[in-house]
Formats: sequence, C-alpha cells, structure tokens
Amino acid sequence: MEPSISIKNLALSFGALEVLKDLNLEVAQGEFLVLLGSSGCGKSTLLNCIAGLLDVTDGQIFIGGRNVTWQEPSKRGIGMVFQSYALYPQMTVAGNLSFGLKNARLPKAEIEERVNRAAKILQIEPLLKRKPAALSGGQRQRAAIGRALVRDANVFLFDEPLSNLDAKLRADLRVEIKQLHQKLSNTMIYVTHDQIEAMTLADRIAIMRGGLILQLGSPNEIYNKPVNKYVAEFIGSPSMNFFDGQIDDSSSKFSTGAQVFPLEGYGFKEGTSPKGPAWLGIRPEHMVNGAEAEAAPIRMQGKVELVEPLGSDTLARVSAEGHSLWVRLDGQVSISDGDAITIGFDPARANIFDKTTENRL
Amino acid sequence: MATSDRPFQPFRNLNAKIASIPMILTALVIFIGCTIWTIYYSFTKSKLLPKSNFVGFDQYERLWSTRRWLVSIENLVIYGSLSLIFSLIIGFLLAALLDQKIRFEDTFRTILLYPFALSFIVTGLVWQWILNPDFGVQSVVQGLGWESFSFNPLYDADIVIYGVLIAGLWQGTGLVMCLMLAGLRGIDEDIWKAARVDGIPMWKTYLYIVIPMMRPVFITTIVIITSGIVRVYDLVVAQTGGGPGIASEVPAKYVYDYMFQSQNLGQGFAASSMMLVTVAVIVIPWAYLEFGGKRRG
Amino acid sequence: MADTDVLPNNTSTGLETSGPRGPRPRPMLSRRNIILYGTLIVIAVYYLLPLYVMIVTSLKGMPEIRLGNIFAPPVEVTFQPWVKAWAEACTGLNCDGLSRGFWNSVRITVPSVIISIAIASVNGYALANWRFKGSEIFFTILIFGSFIPYQVMIYPIVIVLRELGVYGSLTGLVIVHTIFGMPILTLLFRNYFVSVPEELFKAARVDGAGFWGIYLRIMLPMSLPIFVVAIILQITGIWNDFLFGVVYTKPDTYPMTVQLNNIVNSVQGVKEYNVNMAATIITGLVPLIVYFLSGKLFVRGIAAGAVKG
Ligand SMILES: Nc1ncnc2c1ncn2[C@@H]1O[C@H](COP(=O)(O)OP(=O)(O)OP(=O)(O)O)[C@@H](O)[C@H]1O
Ligand SMILES: [Mg+2]
Repeated sequence: MEPSISIKNLALSFGALEVLKDLNLEVAQGEFLVLLGSSGCGKSTLLNCIAGLLDVTDGQIFIGGRNVTWQEPSKRGIGMVFQSYALYPQMTVAGNLSFGLKNARLPKAEIEERVNRAAKILQIEPLLKRKPAALSGGQRQRAAIGRALVRDANVFLFDEPLSNLDAKLRADLRVEIKQLHQKLSNTMIYVTHDQIEAMTLADRIAIMRGGLILQLGSPNEIYNKPVNKYVAEFIGSPSMNFFDGQIDDSSSKFSTGAQVFPLEGYGFKEGTSPKGPAWLGIRPEHMVNGAEAEAAPIRMQGKVELVEPLGSDTLARVSAEGHSLWVRLDGQVSISDGDAITIGFDPARANIFDKTTENRL
Repeated sequence: MATSDRPFQPFRNLNAKIASIPMILTALVIFIGCTIWTIYYSFTKSKLLPKSNFVGFDQYERLWSTRRWLVSIENLVIYGSLSLIFSLIIGFLLAALLDQKIRFEDTFRTILLYPFALSFIVTGLVWQWILNPDFGVQSVVQGLGWESFSFNPLYDADIVIYGVLIAGLWQGTGLVMCLMLAGLRGIDEDIWKAARVDGIPMWKTYLYIVIPMMRPVFITTIVIITSGIVRVYDLVVAQTGGGPGIASEVPAKYVYDYMFQSQNLGQGFAASSMMLVTVAVIVIPWAYLEFGGKRRG
Repeated sequence: MADTDVLPNNTSTGLETSGPRGPRPRPMLSRRNIILYGTLIVIAVYYLLPLYVMIVTSLKGMPEIRLGNIFAPPVEVTFQPWVKAWAEACTGLNCDGLSRGFWNSVRITVPSVIISIAIASVNGYALANWRFKGSEIFFTILIFGSFIPYQVMIYPIVIVLRELGVYGSLTGLVIVHTIFGMPILTLLFRNYFVSVPEELFKAARVDGAGFWGIYLRIMLPMSLPIFVVAIILQITGIWNDFLFGVVYTKPDTYPMTVQLNNIVNSVQGVKEYNVNMAATIITGLVPLIVYFLSGKLFVRGIAAGAVKG
C-alpha cells in the first residue's frame, strides 16, 4: 500500500542554522505516529514542513502519493491542531470551524452539515455559538480539533495539543484522541513531550535529536531495545541506570569496578560478539529486590539512601558497590533510609551500548 | 508523480511585496534619495534654484563663519543639554512620585501629560504671553510689591533661550514621565519586596537598584529627546521668532530661512547636512550599542 | 517606610493581648502623605497654569487685560474674542479668521490619518507575517530614516511634489504626512502583529486564507485597540504639525497652526491678546479633546511609539 506521508531527504535551515538534515520518513495510511524529542530538536519544524507552513530548503514531501513540496498548506489535505489552540478570538466556535470551509467555497448546506457532524463527534454542540474566550481549556482544545476535523483531511497534524492542559484533562483528552483515531482511522502525526502520551497513543514513535530521527519503532521496541544510549536515557522516568565497564573478549561477561556480571541471556546484535569498553543499562523497573533478587543472575548488596513513595510503587535510591541506582519497588514495600537491601536484575532485560559510538550492541 | 507548480520566485509572496511598495519607495526615494540629493547640492553654489556648479566646501566654510549659525549652534547646545538633563531629572522624579501607589494617579498623569498633546505653536504662544514683560509674570510679581523684580527672557538676549527652555520643558516632561513610569512599572514587584525585607531605604533602592535596571529606558528616552531637540523649530518660531535680534535662533530655523526666504539654497543644504551629522553622531553609537553586539532579526 | 517593626518579645508571660492587632493604621494625613500630595498638587497647578491663563485671558476684554494681571479671573466675561478669532482675525489679506485654517486642517488630517494608517497597517502585517527577501532591510532603513532631520529632506520633496503637480495643494501635504507617519506607524503595527501568536496565522493558512483574507478576517478584527492608538497618534501629530504646513501649502491652504502663528505674530496692528489666546485655545482644542477622551490609550500610543524611534 502506498504510504500516506512520505518524506524524502528533507532539509531545512534558518539562515545558517540547519534544523533538519536529510530526514527520511514514511508514515502508513491510518498510522498514528508520535514525534518525541527534547526541546528544540526540530519536531515543530518538521510538522510545519509537512503542513507547508515553512518552505523546505531541500528534499520532497508526498502526501497521499502527491508531491506537495511546493503546495499551499490549504491544498495539502491536512488538518492541524496547535498547542495554543490558535482559535480565532473574534469568531464563534462555529465560525472557527467553518472559516476554512468558507475559504474553500463549499456550499452553505455542506458547511453546516460538516460543522454539526464534527461538533457532535467532539461533543461541543452546545458551545457552537460561544466565542473562544468563553470556553475552558479543554473545550478550546476540542474546538481546535474540530477545526481540523471539519476539513475531512486525510492527515492530522498535532503540535503538542495537550500541553497547555492540566494533568486530569490531559488524560481525558488523550483517551478521546485515541478513540477519535480509531473512529476516523486517518493518518496522524503527533508531537509531544509527554512520554505517557507517546507510549499510549502511538503506533510508532520517532525519537528525534538535532534534526535527525534516531529511532523509529513501536513503543515496545523503543522501550525495550533503544538503538542508542540517548534514546535509552530519554525514555523512561526515572531514567535508566548505567554501569560503566568492559565486555570481556568472549562477550560473556561485563566487568564494572570490582564486579563481574554474567551476560547469559542478553541478545547481542545477530552475528556480533562485541568486546571492550561499554555501558550497561538497566531500567529501575527491571531491578528486583528481596527474594527475587536472591534468585536473579546478577545481585548486589546495597543501602537505601532515599525513598520516594509514589503510591502505586516506590522509588528507592540505592547505593551499591560504588554505584548509585534507582530501583522501582512495589508500592506496599516498607523500607526506609539506611536499610540494607539486596537488589538484582536479569541481563536479558539490560541494554548494552558501545562506549564510543553509544549505539546498542 | 504529479508535481505542483513551483511559484515563480519574484511573484512568490507577491501581495506582501505590493503592500510594501509605499515603504520601499519611502525608504529609497525619500530617506535615502532625498538625503543624498541634499548632501550633493550642499557642495554647489545653488541660489534660487538647485544648480550643479560645484564649489567644494565653500558653503560649509561660509556656514561656520556666519554669526547667526554660530549663535544657532550655541543655542542648540545650551537648550539641548539643559533640556535633556532637566527633562530626565524632572521626568524621573515625577514618575517616582506617581509610582507611590497614590490615589488619583490617573488624574495627575492626565494633568502632567496634557501639554504634550498641544502643538509647539500653541505652547510657544502661551508662554510668550505668560512671559510678556508688561502683563505676565514679571509685572505680576512687581505688582505684588517686589518693584525691582526682573525676569524678562523674551526681550533679554542673554536669557531668551531659557525662556524657550521653560516652555519646552513644560511641554515635554510629561512624555518623559510617562516613559519612566512605564519603565518603573516594568520592574519586578519582587525587587521592591526584597529591598523592603532587607530594610533598604526607598531612595537607595531607587538609586542603586532601580535606576541601573532602567538603563534601556533611559537610553531610549535620551535618544527620543535628543532627536526631538535637534529638530526644535516651531517652538522658537512661535515664542520668539528667533529674537530678540538673532539671540534665540536655532539650526532648523536657519535652514528654513535660507531655503525658503533668503533664496540661498546652498547655505540651507549645508546647514541641514550639518544637522544630519549631529543626529548621526548621536544615533549611530546608540544603534551600535543597541543592535551592534547581538545581531537581531 | 516601616520604622515601627520591633520584634515581639513574648518570653514567658504568654502573648500580649493589648498589642497591635488587626490592620496597621494608615492615617490619611500622615507626614508622608502631606508631603507627597502637597508636592503633586503644586506641580499639577504649575502644569495647569498656562491652560488657565489662556482661558481667562480669552474671556477678558482688552481694557481689563491692560489693567489687571494675567492670573486674575475675568471681571466681565466676554466671548467676543472667541468670535473674532474664529471669524474675523486677519492674516495678511484674509480677514476671515481661524475658521479657514480649521477646515484646512480637517481636510488635511482626515485623509492623512486614514491613508497613512491603511498603508502602514498592511505594511506592518506584511513585515510581521509575510517576510520576503529584503523586507527587513527596507524596514531598517525606514526606522533609521525616521531619525533624519526633516530639514534635510524638505527641499527635494518640494521638487518631487512639483513634478507630481501637487505642490502647494492639500493632496501634496497629505502625501507628506503619509510618508513621515510611516516609520512610527509601521513599527507600531509590525510590533503588534508580531505579538499575535504565530500559530493563529498558521491555522488561518491551513484554513486556506491568503494575504488579504488573513489581514481582513483575522488580524483586523483583533487589532482594533492598536488602530485606535494609531488614530490618536496621527490626529494629534498631524493636527499639530507646523513645518510641513508652512513648507508645502500656500496661504489659502495653510493648516490651522500656521494660520494661528501668522495671526498672533503678525507685526501689523494693535496686539489683541484676548483674541490671540482665544485663537490659541481653539487650535489646541482638537488634540486636547482627543487626549482627554482617549486617556490611557494615548499613553499607550506614545509608549508604543517610543519603543524605538
Ligand atoms: N523561525 C525560526 N528562525 C530561526 N530559528 C528557528 C525558527 N524556528 C525554530 N528555530 C530553531 O529551530 C530549532 C528547532 O525548533 P522547533 O520549534 O522545531 O523545536 P521543537 O522540537 O518543536 O521544540 P519544542 O519541543 O520546544 O517545541 C530550534 O533550535 C529553534 O531555535
Ligand atoms: Mg515545538
């Protein structure tokens, strides 16, 4: 099947500043793609290029098989939702929804029908006559989504649509967006800073850094098999624990300080048997304690330095064998500062990265 | 694959370019073209009509040996420096007064600023009347019994420029006050709270904390006042007509009189070019400080 | 200001119940307030004095002026000076008073304000949202150009206007006001439109609105306050202009300020101070009314205008 969006060798610079460099990306029809990355890495820029709001420096953009590189935003068959909602303040919600359709000179009846349909889907029918100033944050964001919805666009672009909302509303609207996607099954590209949003919404996540896509994969892949140390650190909170050390010549042991970890069960890249300096990373939630730790292939004795009870689980900062590690424990566990603790993990859940290239081994 | 038409470069963003035509014409024809034209003809012997008979720096030599021009420059320096200093001090003090969370702040501000809404002609004529030696302040004070009191700036060549200064300050300090007040309001409330908790007296807070923080406001204000001072013309025309004699002449009036009355265009052009130099001496360093270091968009 | 802050010293006797309680008293007539408001009132009187003198003088007859002092209120109120200033005062050969200048000024100000604001607002919008190669350069020239003394440019502009066939006419003066209003107005509008969230503009483009569509349907309706500020700025500025009026118009198209100056400073005849002051007030009336009606917006206008240049 033809990809819904296909970006080829895209480059964009602002003067001397190269924001996007030779970026390639294909998004399948009906896919929900999340762009994730630290601030300033070029997510919005990429989205604006797809929308046609920025002139690209080089490369091509195809939407639905058409080369739209030089086309006006309104002709690209996209709908866009912005972080600040960008509702036209002087128009009512209905006016906001219909503005684009009026510009496209659609017949009145059709405009009305589409506005009503979108309003119904988003449950903003009672608000149609109000101005944006008279809406709550969540209602405004719904209206902004409605503006994209009425366009019957095949591609939806979201630029951090929920980041101006409080946590509760964010969670609610997240579910709504997910349902909307299931109902409409159009292609969506969604920029966010929020990892939970990314993990829950995405079919695939693209992790960006410095104008490049570092990794493109399902949430699962990104979480379990990050391609490099940056991605590994970026995903997950608190972030992955790292041990600085050496892989022995047989690729079966990892030594850090006085300790030696067996690596049985760790899946190195097919056909490789790396050795030499490396990072070994393990997520706090993959660390175990107590009886489980005693049974784990890798064990350490440590002392609890700090406890952060979160309710559902408990985070503990443990100092063990000269390392300071975050460990995620059960919420009901009763430990306190200074307690001795045994922790351990299974190397199968670890990630090992080359010391110099920082790529996953 | 279908390719959308690449818009032809010069026609891209065509509407924005059309909308900018007046600006482009003004920038190029008026601000650059006319300025160069004037500088060019300031090196000619043009009299009634502009002619290209070059005389080098003759016009400038004549200018700097004309007593009237020298008086004009001297007046500009006196008026300019005093007006700058006083309007900054008075403007800041007034702003600080109004910033004391007083009642009727709007009323007071309205009163202090209204002269700024009036033209220099109106200002000049009012003060001409108030300073009138036979009916104005001087005669009123004398009438109160102080027979020897004498304050006659409009007819005393030595102090006439101070008479103009009084009118100029009356008209312009309100603006400075407003700019300063905006600057004061722009300062974080927490600074005041911190100073109060630390027990720093108010005047010290102003002097050592607030004023240094308001540096950009002061610089902007100074640039605005000075570029206004160089242009001062209407006020003098209305209040003193340059008199008594030539005692209150200013460069802008010199330019106008030579261009449009004495039919000596070359002199007018040379004098106006000198005014341009004066402004450049002030604006260029400021622009360098303001925009030079950090490139801006 | 706080000099009574002594730390409470409740050692063992428990809390002292007779001590300060409730809001700190703030007497209206504290020393601070007397000095503060006293100073402010004296200053306000000084600033109001010229207006007062203008008004009382214009309401006195000439004999009373010759005898009395200028600060005394009129013994016998007469409106004759106002009538004379408006309808009979002489400048040169014309003796039809300031009314001619007033109507000239109206005919200059109204079109100048409309045209200059229309051009500058579209221009500011283009600079803020539709930058093109070189647009910033022209804008920079425009802003720095606004520091050039007018005297440098007035004569070549005479030639330009003569070539266009509008020298000496009101049209010519309207053009001049439009030109010299451009830097400040363009700056004002550009800065305003830059502060409008960019996403709004992007949303409108996705909605298929073009240059004029976004200007008329999105930007214009949401920028009414800045238009009011610009109108205030321009009305007062153009009405109060003297230099351009005297250079680019002829006696029968003189704006009010020029005519006022000619009436008051004419050397012929006996000085009629009451008529002069009436004429002065009448000339100042339009900007004063605009000022008093606009209040805070006027302040915003000059502050905005003063940001740069
Ligand atoms: N109009 C512009 N002119 C110059 N540089 C720009 C412009 N817009 C963005 N940039 C730069 O491009 C880079 C990428 O910006 P972009 O807005 O795409 O980041 P982002 O990933 O969306 O960040 P955030 O998560 O903070 O929104 C940044 O370094 C930014 O400073
Ligand atoms: Mg962004």
